[in-house]
Amino acid sequence: MMILSGDKPRSLVLSVLLAAVFLALAFAPFLFPGSKPLNVAAKICIFALLVASYDLLLGYTGIVSFAHTMFFGIGSYGVALALFNYGPSWTMIVLGVLIALPLAAVLALAIGLFSLRVQAIFFSMVTLAVASAFAVLASQLSWLTGGEDGRSFQVPPALRPGNRLFEGEIFGVALNGRVVSYYLVFVACLVLFLLLLRIVNSPFGRVLLAIRENPFRAEALGYRIVVHRTLANVIAALIAAAAGALNAIWLHYTGPETSLSFSIMLDILVMVVIGGMGTMYGAVLGAALYILAQNYLQALMGSVSSAAASAGLPLVPGLFHPDRWLLWLGILFILSVRFFPTGIVGRLRQRATKA
Amino acid sequence: MSPLLTLTGVHTHIGRYHILQGVDFTVPEGETTMLLGRNGAGKTTTLRTIMGLWRASAGSIRLAERAIEKDATPDISRAGLAYVPETMAVFSDLTVRENLVLAARDAALDDTRLAWIFGFFPALKKFWLSRAGTLSGGQKQMLSIARAIVEPRRLLLIDEPTKGLAPAIVGALVECLMEIKRGGTTVLLVEQNFRVAQAVGDRVCVMDNGRIVHAGAMAEFAGDEGLQQKLLGLSLDTHQ
Repeated sequence: MMILSGDKPRSLVLSVLLAAVFLALAFAPFLFPGSKPLNVAAKICIFALLVASYDLLLGYTGIVSFAHTMFFGIGSYGVALALFNYGPSWTMIVLGVLIALPLAAVLALAIGLFSLRVQAIFFSMVTLAVASAFAVLASQLSWLTGGEDGRSFQVPPALRPGNRLFEGEIFGVALNGRVVSYYLVFVACLVLFLLLLRIVNSPFGRVLLAIRENPFRAEALGYRIVVHRTLANVIAALIAAAAGALNAIWLHYTGPETSLSFSIMLDILVMVVIGGMGTMYGAVLGAALYILAQNYLQALMGSVSSAAASAGLPLVPGLFHPDRWLLWLGILFILSVRFFPTGIVGRLRQRATKA
Repeated sequence: MSPLLTLTGVHTHIGRYHILQGVDFTVPEGETTMLLGRNGAGKTTTLRTIMGLWRASAGSIRLAERAIEKDATPDISRAGLAYVPETMAVFSDLTVRENLVLAARDAALDDTRLAWIFGFFPALKKFWLSRAGTLSGGQKQMLSIARAIVEPRRLLLIDEPTKGLAPAIVGALVECLMEIKRGGTTVLLVEQNFRVAQAVGDRVCVMDNGRIVHAGAMAEFAGDEGLQQKLLGLSLDTHQ
């Protein structure tokens, strides 16, 4: 990452954490065999990319968009509808991406040019309205999108779980289409994340930082705020759409709940804040932590609750009942914002600077 | 000298306040014009209006032959104006180097010009890769001025560069301003420190209540204490 962007993690602990996440994701099929761990790893890859693209907007440009899930959904539905309607082939995946990405770019351009000329809050409200309208549209056009049920579809044979690359196993793991799918997601997310890292460390990224800090000052240096903000919005939308396409390929399904729901938008916001805004690396840590908590906190609480019940402790079993996992996730979020206002990456970098 | 910048009957409203009430003055090419006046006279608003950061509600602003009062700020900047606001306006999250690269826009940093800047402000070389937010107030002001001169500009608008700075740093700034002047760059400078104004300025415009109430040569103005007392309410003795 350093070689490609020159942006060092600037903290030993952060470097170790990033290396650990990278290695865990790179060898996930072999280190954590089984369907659920692989699913969690793929989700971390996709959300790390999605959150990083949102960080380009929120952390680097200082604008709050609520339409990020819309672009994620456009990518998702693009691939899903192409595969559903015209059959499972690589050509249809490419076609879906070729339709979804320009559509996302055009919408992002239109929203940006229409609303980024004025106050940032107006942009936020416009994105909220457009995203809501898009979600309703996806839900209502059931003949096309499958409505609330969404669309399940088949992927090309090479990506199906029944397909084996070769007979035999590597480290006890059969290399089937699911593993191939995972590496497709992993490599694509890695490449796009490195591209984002390159963008934020380019002169364009520096202008975005300047605009975020003081738009008038940046204008007085000769930079057009609307042009730069709109371009950032388009780039973020394109990456989000690509993440959506990968999500559809991984899930073999697209529906409003998995690609357009407002709860995904809130998840993205939480992940970017936990990881650290304006850092890019924060997206990786934020996504990893949040998705791990989302998937394993419930089970962990179940164990604690059972153990407390067996020990006859009062109150504790109820407090740690698995159904209350969202309450604890909320508490963890509040504590992280209280004690890590600059996110994990910001805090680790501050510590490294003081040391 | 022909005027590089001409303001004619410029009015500026900020909200319901009528700040500039018909400002007329010229800035001759190659000279340093001081814009003086009491607090609240409209000096900063004048600079911001020239840069397009506040829109002139009436009147005209011409840069040489080009009318710029309706231009967007980036266009005005790209026409050759550089603005140094009074608030030590650096980008804190960027390094000293990145601040200067940003100011150079599409051009690469010129090593000879950088060496010239480092001659006045050696601290900038020392903290070349440090974040601007970690610099002291004086160093931030140096960076702010360095950003304006990192590329040759037709006109520099500088707002109270010595405000709140230690005397030693003021000395370095004055030396820098004198060098810029010797290089033939046109400067419009707002300054409260009359000693600095006197040392640097060729011409003076005095503002009061959103209007120019005096314009002339700095030498004449500096020699007329009665006029200074009347227009600025100051005595040179208090600025020794």
